[in-house]
Amino acid sequence: MRTSWWKILGLVMVASAIVAGLLGPVPVLPILHETIRNVYFHVPMWFAMVTLYLISVVYSVKYLSSGKTSHDLMAVEAVNTGIIFCAIGLLTGMLWANITWGEPWPNDPKLNGSAIATLMYLAYLVLRNALEEEQKRAKISAVYNIFAFPVMIVLLYILPKMTDSLHPGSGGNGTFRDLDMNSQMRPIFYTSVIGWILIGVWIFTLRYRLRLLENRKNQID
Amino acid sequence: MKNSLAALFLILFNTTLFAQSEIDMATGLRSSGKIYVVVLVLLTIFIVLGVFLFLLDRRIKKLEK
Repeated sequence: MRTSWWKILGLVMVASAIVAGLLGPVPVLPILHETIRNVYFHVPMWFAMVTLYLISVVYSVKYLSSGKTSHDLMAVEAVNTGIIFCAIGLLTGMLWANITWGEPWPNDPKLNGSAIATLMYLAYLVLRNALEEEQKRAKISAVYNIFAFPVMIVLLYILPKMTDSLHPGSGGNGTFRDLDMNSQMRPIFYTSVIGWILIGVWIFTLRYRLRLLENRKNQID
Repeated sequence: MKNSLAALFLILFNTTLFAQSEIDMATGLRSSGKIYVVVLVLLTIFIVLGVFLFLLDRRIKKLEK
């Protein structure tokens, strides 16, 4: 957590994704035109969010068996960071949808699913706020987290594929593979995904370390 | 047989070429070199973010000691 190599790696990967993403060759497709480059930035936000929510639920499970406060703090700070990426994903998606689909929110199953998933995780934070006692708060929110995570996965990645959708990859639409038939975009895309996941995890560790320090300070007072 | 095959290929190749010229890409921005400004702006924003995160990391490291 305190080593630097993976943090620098994350920064370098995203920086190169920015340069290559704007200057590199992309498939020429109707409707999308140059906005296809948004794939390098909008999609990694969701990858980072799911990674952070996964870390959170793992630590929630760990907390229920260990009872250690540090596990609970990891769970909550991972959700806090994940929600930031979720918000950026939603905003960037709406900006993109506005130009390509004609409206920022066309009542699409994937978008509605992402809205519900966002509300679920915001409810996790509200739940924590409502419980005063530390252990009760940690236990109840851990159970809620374990419930929320699979529901989020289903809402974002399973249900939209089963019905009609505007979103690429869902509802009978072509996947990324069909867009990027020459694999021009793939190396830049994966670099961006891994880079943003590393940066997301970095921000999460910073929040966690701060929380730990605050916790220690409060207990001494 | 050869003539009809050649005619078929001519029509098919023509349609794909036609589709290519109809889709606008930002070639103007690229040929004038303005795209590099966009890249530099985004890189600057991102590098500042990176430096900020690093300074924060260092402050927290100091507090932990």
